[in-house]
Amino acid sequence: MDDPSRRTLMKAGGATLGAAAFARAMAPITEWAADLSVDEFLQRHYKELTRDEMDAVLRRIEAKTKEEYGADVHVEDVRPTPGVQFAYALNLSVCIGCRRCAKACHEENNHDRATNNSYIRVLEMSNGSLNLEHGTVTYDHEVPAPGKFYMPVQCHQCDNAPCVKVCPVEATWKESDGIVVVDYDWCIGCRYCEAACPYHARRFNWTKPEIPAEEINPEQAYLSNRIRPQGVMEKCTFCLHRTRKGRLPACLEACPTGARVFGNLADPDSEIRWVLENKRVFVLKEDLGTQPRFFYFFDQ
Amino acid sequence: MSTNHEQPDVQDGPDAVLSYPQFLWKALGVATDGGPLFYVWMTLLTAVWLVGVNAFAHQTVHGQGLTAMTDHVSWGMYIGNFTFAVGLAAGAVMMVIPAYIYHDEDMHDVVIVGEILAIAAIAVALSFVNVDIGRLDRLWHLIPGIGRFNWPVSMLTWDVIVLSGYLLINLHVVGYLLYMRFLGRRPDKRWYLPFVFLSIIWAVSIHTVTAFLYSGLGGRPFWNSAVLAPRFIASAFVSGPAFIVLALQIVRRFSDFHVGDAPIETLIKILRVTALANLFLVFAEVFTEFYTGGSHVAAAEYLYFGLHGKHALVPWIWTAIACDVFAAVVFLTADIKKGLWIIDIACVATLFGLWVEKGLGLIVPGFVPSTLHEVVEYVPNLVEWKISIGIWAFGLIVFTLGLKLAVAVFTDAMHVDGDPAARKA
Repeated sequence: MDDPSRRTLMKAGGATLGAAAFARAMAPITEWAADLSVDEFLQRHYKELTRDEMDAVLRRIEAKTKEEYGADVHVEDVRPTPGVQFAYALNLSVCIGCRRCAKACHEENNHDRATNNSYIRVLEMSNGSLNLEHGTVTYDHEVPAPGKFYMPVQCHQCDNAPCVKVCPVEATWKESDGIVVVDYDWCIGCRYCEAACPYHARRFNWTKPEIPAEEINPEQAYLSNRIRPQGVMEKCTFCLHRTRKGRLPACLEACPTGARVFGNLADPDSEIRWVLENKRVFVLKEDLGTQPRFFYFFDQ
Repeated sequence: MSTNHEQPDVQDGPDAVLSYPQFLWKALGVATDGGPLFYVWMTLLTAVWLVGVNAFAHQTVHGQGLTAMTDHVSWGMYIGNFTFAVGLAAGAVMMVIPAYIYHDEDMHDVVIVGEILAIAAIAVALSFVNVDIGRLDRLWHLIPGIGRFNWPVSMLTWDVIVLSGYLLINLHVVGYLLYMRFLGRRPDKRWYLPFVFLSIIWAVSIHTVTAFLYSGLGGRPFWNSAVLAPRFIASAFVSGPAFIVLALQIVRRFSDFHVGDAPIETLIKILRVTALANLFLVFAEVFTEFYTGGSHVAAAEYLYFGLHGKHALVPWIWTAIACDVFAAVVFLTADIKKGLWIIDIACVATLFGLWVEKGLGLIVPGFVPSTLHEVVEYVPNLVEWKISIGIWAFGLIVFTLGLKLAVAVFTDAMHVDGDPAARKA
């Protein structure tokens, strides 16, 4: 048809136009990538960081929180205590479904304010059935309602955790004290763990969490309540930044009825041991073989 | 590829290594040269792809919060399309088996179309995974030895291995055969036959592993079924051949490449069996779910009839089943001597049906109801449609260019400088 040089010229023109259009289409991502530091990009897995490297990472997170959220925070790497085995039990006979635990979790763990996220979901169940099909989390009336009982559900810190098994990059694992944690700086955000969890315990950071500076809980830990990056998984850590220092989980402290019992399974005198030995205890979805560290019990 | 006995058995001539840049350069020429229809087609695909690229760039910056996914339905459009695309790639093997195991000479001449489809479909599948993950910048964490590769425990690591392996095998086979033909040489069987046979086993593995990804999850009753992997394979052996039946007719119409009726007839014979096998497995699954009843059936109930007044998928799945049944009947009864148009309609219908059934119809009910039995629906939004259609456009770009290159090489329009065989042609 037309002469080769004209055709070549048109091809070159087309290629230039195409490349320009591509660059334009990708423009937002290049700005985003410029914001990502080399240190962050190359950071190793939690278990591979030396003490010094971890210190540098913690200081960087603090500086970044200051820069992006305007809050002075203290981020620690709190390790498990040898010989401690955490477990949690919840008394369904006294829980009134007030959802103060969910609210305390929201505040303690620096959750995104707009979504009102929390690691705890409280199910309102009808007396006479433990079938989750008959439960609802969206109840909106005075509690406790007649004929109902309430079942808060959070991470069960399973000994045979499906979420840990499926993670392709070992970004989530079980610590020696039984707590399942996520390295928020290693997670690739594939959400396979979220699909694998039978208890709806995992959450994804669909957007960058937004919290006003004055509402940020400044006492933070690398593996628990520091403000999570966008695009990674998060979950309940039994408030390890508190519990590993001898304090109780925020949800327990907020509970007005004393329905929650937390402690060290390895301590024969602990309350949790007494509950497990003397109450009629059950775990959720026992047939799945997940071996939860979270137990439910009735008084009567 | 063309039958080998047509090839002159010469191993001298242009140097195999030094001629490679020439091959790439000429391939670039072929890929950017064509008639007006080609330019219109490629410009259209590029434009659609760029819309997707732009939506993806925004999604990367603002997070997957721009999609309709939630913590209740945490996989959606992307993973659904991923699953369907893996099936398409695996289904291409239904040309390789007749060509290489049954020595069907007619199929042998066109089997490269299937192998190029495998490459394009894997490119699509991998793209869908990449747009789904939250931290693309951390993809290197998946590289064995550099990151932390949770193999063999995580099924996702198996999927990484089988999908990239399948891509490499097919790239090698296609690349090797095209390059040898380009040089005017007879391909050395030792360099491609083992890989062809490997690709057959590998094709089954990619869809099996992808099924295991879901079926291994005890907390998701809808997926936790042993029949899932066989269903995946059966549907792949419908979608792959159906796509190739259409592709072969397009190649025949728009190029000088010789495509006879025999390969198409063989594929229709395959479709007669696989379309029925697929429907049978769907039926087996549906029977087990509904006859058993109980809480196990809730997800299937949501898919087929709706649950607690939520029924977003109901019209889709019934349309899909109607399409699959219609196609199966057409494949069984149509008289292909009277023309292929009814077969073509059936192929399009079943491709749509399987896209629903192996796409959103498979993924979403895994999440509805949720593990705590909440019924939260999911309907993909504009961002997800843009990105998804963009990726399919990208796949069609790869497929078109691959076919164009293959046609140019096999019709001897593209050959090495000074190749005696090509001069003759």
